[in-house]
Amino acid sequence: MTELVQNLIDGLGRGSIYALLALGVAVVFGVMHLLNFAHGELITVSGYVAYALFNQGWSWFLVAPLIVVVAIITSLVIERLAFSLVRGASDFTLVLTSFGIHFLVSAIFIMSVGARVKTFSEPGWIANTFAVGPINVEVFDVVVIGVTIVTLLATVVILQKTMFGLALRAAAADFDTARLMGIDSNKVIRGAFALSGALAGIAGVFWLMRAGNTAPSSGISPMIKAVLAALIGGLGSLKGAVIGGLALGVAEVVLRSQLPGEAAALTEAVVFAMIALLFIFRPQGIISVSHAERV
Amino acid sequence: MLGLTTKYGSISAVRDVSLSVGEGEVVGLIGPNGAGKTTMLGTIAGLLEPTSGTVRFEGNDVSGYSPDKMLKAGLALVPEHRRIFTDLTVVENLKVGGITVGSAERSSLLDEMADLFPVLREKWDTPAGYLSGGEAQQLAIARALMSKPRLLMMDEPSLGLAPVLVDLVFELIQSLRDQGRTLLIVEQNATRMLQVADRAYVLRSGEMVAEGSGTELLERSDLFDTFVGGTSS
Repeated sequence: MTELVQNLIDGLGRGSIYALLALGVAVVFGVMHLLNFAHGELITVSGYVAYALFNQGWSWFLVAPLIVVVAIITSLVIERLAFSLVRGASDFTLVLTSFGIHFLVSAIFIMSVGARVKTFSEPGWIANTFAVGPINVEVFDVVVIGVTIVTLLATVVILQKTMFGLALRAAAADFDTARLMGIDSNKVIRGAFALSGALAGIAGVFWLMRAGNTAPSSGISPMIKAVLAALIGGLGSLKGAVIGGLALGVAEVVLRSQLPGEAAALTEAVVFAMIALLFIFRPQGIISVSHAERV
Repeated sequence: MLGLTTKYGSISAVRDVSLSVGEGEVVGLIGPNGAGKTTMLGTIAGLLEPTSGTVRFEGNDVSGYSPDKMLKAGLALVPEHRRIFTDLTVVENLKVGGITVGSAERSSLLDEMADLFPVLREKWDTPAGYLSGGEAQQLAIARALMSKPRLLMMDEPSLGLAPVLVDLVFELIQSLRDQGRTLLIVEQNATRMLQVADRAYVLRSGEMVAEGSGTELLERSDLFDTFVGGTSS
């Protein structure tokens, strides 16, 4: 029981990071019907910038907010240089374009800084724990969960209470009609990429803190988690993306600790098998979205 | 106020047409299914680009404007099938409609819509997906009015509504007309449209086949038999 509670906290910590990443994927999918396989590259780019700043003697305290800024800028630059050119193209073209960007960013880093992993030190407090009765809680998990809750609340306020949020929701529901209402498609799409970048940046801070390194292929793992979580939750549903991320994190941690002996190494495989089962019974994901077809 | 002379590509429904709307006029655009009426409004609203020709509004050439620029220029369209945002509440739909006006003006327009459409006021915070067809049509019109358009276009406002609601829609058009608003309305219900219109155009297979005042066209029974295809009931 104690172990299960501990696993649950660990899983929610891990899942919070996935949730923020998946939410960014869902926001962009909502307005553009783009399943963004380049989403993880925001973390790759941020990771290299962080590495460079650490070499200049910067501390995590200063680097963390900059990682968020870098992720936002990177997201906007990728939209401007690549996705704006294929706007309105078929979903398949959009997906292929995002794959292209994913590989291109990796290749640029391999050519410019080399394929070797660049390491930096994790923050000192990352392994600290404190005891709540019989349960050992990681400070890191508490911080991640806390920041994620604040970020999600802020996102809800932006989406529900601001005119930008209203424009974003209207554009996600029916893009053409939103344009007829005077919503500028450039502004709303750039806004979606900025929000998506901010969410990835916050997730990226924790991802990089935990990893303690960056490499040209660093984007693959966060990309897979983000896209999977968004699919599990039901593509296009923001609520679903958050639920999907948390579910994925908890499933990974619980399986890793509960699977007997050698089988623990098969965690990823078991997770994928569970996802396959989910899609057999609920192909639309946990929360289904029924929006008008995009033109 | 609005002038349109345009030629469309071979794939499009409308070919060589010209149309004008004067300030304060209610102009109808009638014709059978597939005549190209929706294509024409879509072009004026900026959803479709004319292959040649011009759209002039208040003396300015606005051809090829994107829909948001058209709206900012003063033209609003109530699209076919209403296209309200079903996940958004009634008041959120209206706010989206008023996204181009300042926030102070937006809230005074919201008050205005609450007075004009008491049915909507009662359902202010209800998701628009729960509205009935008639309520949804009122919302679609109110949403378009939120941008303070100087020309309001409607695409088939009575389509798919029960007869009693069709009456309601035409009463609404009548009252907008009494307020001195400029309207361009596409309708399949030709008789009802001609009764409220100052002038009307009859479009068939992408060509203008008649133009005249509402009463003139109502008397031309030949038009209905030949061109409108007996939808005059």
